Amino acid sequence: MIRVALKGLLGRKLRAALTAIAIVLGVAMISGTFVLTDTIKAAFSSVFTQAYKNADAVITGKSAIGNNNNNGNGPGTPSLPGSLLARVQALPQVSLAAGAINDQAQLVGHDGKVISRASPGLAFSHTDVGQHFSPLSLTSGTWPSAPGDVDIDAATATKNGFAVGQEIGVIARGPVERFRIVGTVKFAGVSSLGGATLAIFTLPTAQRLFHKQGRYDEIDVAAKRGVAPAALVSAIRPLLPADGQVRTGQAQAQQATKDTSGFLNIIQDFLLAFGGIALFVGSFVIANTLSITIAQRTRELATLRTLGATRRQVRRSVMLEALVIGTAASVVGLFLGLGLARALNALFVSFGIDLPQTGAVFKGRTIVISLVVGILITMLAALRPALRSTRVPPIAAVREGALLPPSRFARFGLSGGLATIAASVALLLIGLLAGGLSTGIRLLAVGVGALALFGGVAMLAPTLVPPLVGVLGRPSRRLGGAAGGLAQGNAARNPARTASTASALMIGLALVTLVGVLAAGLRSRFEDSVNKVFVADYAITATNNFSPISVASAEAVRRVPGVNVVAGVRAGSARVLGSTTNLTAPEPGASRVISVDWTAGNRQTPERLGARGAFVSKDYADAQHLRVGSSVTIETPSGAVLHQTVIGIANPPKGGSPYGSVAISSATFDAAYPNPQNLYTFIDMQGGVSPANTQALTAALSGFPDAKLQTKAQFTRNQEQGLNSLLNLLYVLLSLSIVVSLFGIVNTLVLTVFERTRELGMLRAVGMSRRQVRRMIRHESVITSLLGAALGIPVGVVLALLVGAAIKYPAFTIPVGTLVVFVVAAIFVGVVAAILPARRAGRLNVLEALQYE
Amino acid sequence: MVARELTRRYGEGPTAVEALRGVSLEVTPGELVAIMGPSGSGKSTLMHSLAGLDRPTTGTVDIAGTEITSLSDAKLTLLRRKHIGFVFQFFNLLPMLTAEENVLLPETIAGTRPDRAWLDDLLTRTGIADRRSHRPSELSGGQQQRVAIARALVTRPTIVLADEPTGNLDSKTGGEILDLMRASADDFGQTIVMVTHEARAASIADRILFLADGLIVKQLTEATSAEVLDVMATLQS
Repeated sequence: MIRVALKGLLGRKLRAALTAIAIVLGVAMISGTFVLTDTIKAAFSSVFTQAYKNADAVITGKSAIGNNNNNGNGPGTPSLPGSLLARVQALPQVSLAAGAINDQAQLVGHDGKVISRASPGLAFSHTDVGQHFSPLSLTSGTWPSAPGDVDIDAATATKNGFAVGQEIGVIARGPVERFRIVGTVKFAGVSSLGGATLAIFTLPTAQRLFHKQGRYDEIDVAAKRGVAPAALVSAIRPLLPADGQVRTGQAQAQQATKDTSGFLNIIQDFLLAFGGIALFVGSFVIANTLSITIAQRTRELATLRTLGATRRQVRRSVMLEALVIGTAASVVGLFLGLGLARALNALFVSFGIDLPQTGAVFKGRTIVISLVVGILITMLAALRPALRSTRVPPIAAVREGALLPPSRFARFGLSGGLATIAASVALLLIGLLAGGLSTGIRLLAVGVGALALFGGVAMLAPTLVPPLVGVLGRPSRRLGGAAGGLAQGNAARNPARTASTASALMIGLALVTLVGVLAAGLRSRFEDSVNKVFVADYAITATNNFSPISVASAEAVRRVPGVNVVAGVRAGSARVLGSTTNLTAPEPGASRVISVDWTAGNRQTPERLGARGAFVSKDYADAQHLRVGSSVTIETPSGAVLHQTVIGIANPPKGGSPYGSVAISSATFDAAYPNPQNLYTFIDMQGGVSPANTQALTAALSGFPDAKLQTKAQFTRNQEQGLNSLLNLLYVLLSLSIVVSLFGIVNTLVLTVFERTRELGMLRAVGMSRRQVRRMIRHESVITSLLGAALGIPVGVVLALLVGAAIKYPAFTIPVGTLVVFVVAAIFVGVVAAILPARRAGRLNVLEALQYE
Repeated sequence: MVARELTRRYGEGPTAVEALRGVSLEVTPGELVAIMGPSGSGKSTLMHSLAGLDRPTTGTVDIAGTEITSLSDAKLTLLRRKHIGFVFQFFNLLPMLTAEENVLLPETIAGTRPDRAWLDDLLTRTGIADRRSHRPSELSGGQQQRVAIARALVTRPTIVLADEPTGNLDSKTGGEILDLMRASADDFGQTIVMVTHEARAASIADRILFLADGLIVKQLTEATSAEVLDVMATLQS
């Protein structure tokens, strides 16, 4: 019996392959995600293991607010006093100790622009003693020895056309400085550090560049023979200042790996979600394809029953088929994932997320999860068709044109669909709006609710198909003539089948609509905010639009003739009232270039902050129950503790303001942060925006390649770039599930053409041309995909409304243009899906088709 | 096999159709019985009821001592495995299996080991021994029906039910198939009940039952085609 089932599957190779594709893509996404994130994790682990391989103990500064950056190069992490090195060296357990600077500096390319905008530019110091601990090795030239020397990594040098002997610009704390390249280096153990650039200076130069004269970011220590690392750490600990910490080299590497893997786990979950969506869509395709195949095999299944096959045997043969398809598809998907991991990485790089790489890591867990999930989903999707197959009565073997009895659930479609939709909306509301539940439960409610919503709409769909096809088929009837009219009839002929096919596409389109509608709302809110807040003429931000940049750039434009006001807004992490918050600090004059409404206080409040004042946003004040006069304790990463008093409450527009939640004066900020930086700088000039002013400001910024001058319109556009990148990333990832549903349409059409062979032969016999046959199939396909759009776009809008309500979203915008693009995309999907089936239909031999039994 | 007082009503109320109105018959082992009648006489319904494919409204059918009209689907399936062989008008072969695999399908389904000598004998006698590894699409209609007959005989069932076995064949091939059916009864002692509307087909039977309006109206033994045609003419007038 197993052999019979397998032979049957072999006899329908094309159909089996088309069915399998639905699962292949989802499994590939899952396997690819694991391979990619495992590879990046391995690379990070290798980077950190190499970095600390010769250190028995590592001393670094400790951020007072806990968001530890263990490389010691976080902007807020305190550095270590130089005297500590001598005291460590004096310990009897120590054989060697070296102090080093680890910070960030950008390299400037030949074009005058910063080389690596999305990835960090790492800066290190070089000493002969420190080389014992260093993971870097020379690939050409020498180590830096003079104040004007720099080594850069070989990859950056090659990619950007730099060679030993040439000069290169470096941005550390102030304006760009020129250095002479004396050598190139590589980092041991990884093939790529992502997009990160390396710059290595002499120790005194590094200390000067980063304003850490006489201090270190890290001290690496080697123990004398026979001293255990743990004992060394214990010996060092009493010597440490309050803001210092010491770990064994191994622990340091592990800690650093753990810190990065948190971020990678988010990426992993994010990508897995898209794999899950693709598989969910795939399960619709599988269920539909198997249902059609079983309907077409009614005669055959009934014959088996007359020959003595039990219901169980019939059910098992269908499940076995699903098992084989699921297994084959999962194995193919698993290996396709290896390729997809590279594609995903390329995708991330193109969106500016560049991460280190080593050889692909293919873990056992990847194999197990990919196979189990792929096979399980296929089997689950096959359950209902398998149950239906057992309802084929033996008597169907002797009846011509016997049809599969309608599903027992079919007549509950309308009421069941409505009930499921109601339940799903309730679940979504609970998940999105109910307070007092844990995040896990709420996420679960949202996930299950969304799945149920799709399921409910799919159940309802067969009822909606006939009227919707009546409307959506109109263009086909007009454009396609007789072929179009027949296509419309065919689409409505088997509503359950058309509905199921369209439902798969519905899911993908609903999700892109959700994303598109939310993004449109965010964008319009942001634009409203900028229009209200931005009362300056120009703004300066980092070239990547989001990094804080040197305060020196603001100082440079202050001297430009005609400048009325230059006011920067500092930004940094701080612990405010016990939780980590983004702290901002406006410079004097900010009130003349930034406009917000005030619930308490007035326009002059930012100017009157002084040493002890602070102002907060209305949302933050409401959440923390703050009033004017409330006191606020702020702890900075360097360990400073500020006791401020609230003197005003700002009521910024919903799209946000440069001030964030909590603001203090720039003078107070600068005293508490060793390396203050501006997130934005706003400029008011005589004559407003003019070519002359633009030119003068640009000239003043020539020493700051990482700073970008922009007008209000440019500022809006630049700030929206981040949102647009994210939006495009989501569209690309969701397109995977749309591709799966495209294959679903191909499947249905191929099976339909096969089923209607005789009818197609008859149509050809009475004078239908090949072109007309192809057109008929194409129109049926487009009607199906339009049906997917007609179901998916409203579902997406409803989901956006619900999510919008959850995040208190006042600006609900329907992006008509975007939705039109989605409809066009759906038509495109329909046209593409029809290519293969239409060709097969057109190629049918009239005579054979008529004789086909 | 014994059938008693079979009735079968389709639908309810005034629109109900009575396809069988009290049919009783008995088939003795080794006998070849033909059931004849004009379209709508109820012969297909009778056949389906005898095979357990359709449940009669009233009446009973015994096959090998088991009353089948009250059996569950599962028990009926097992009974079919052992006691019933089918020959269909449209052959109903599985297209992806070879001739031999199709013949062995009942054994495969039942999970029993085929008797190779019997299989070879059967394939030779049905004339498809040299076609055993061909697929149905590579066989002529007559050859396909031979495969189907071999499939019905392979388990040596208590009874073979044939539904218009020549209905989809030309007259020459049909004649050869009828010879094969006759030979099966003579050589293997196979009990066969065949439904047909062709006089020539009926003429090979030991006994012919004529059905009209859901009742057995006449019975002939070892009749010629001409005699059968005469009866049919009177039934239709």
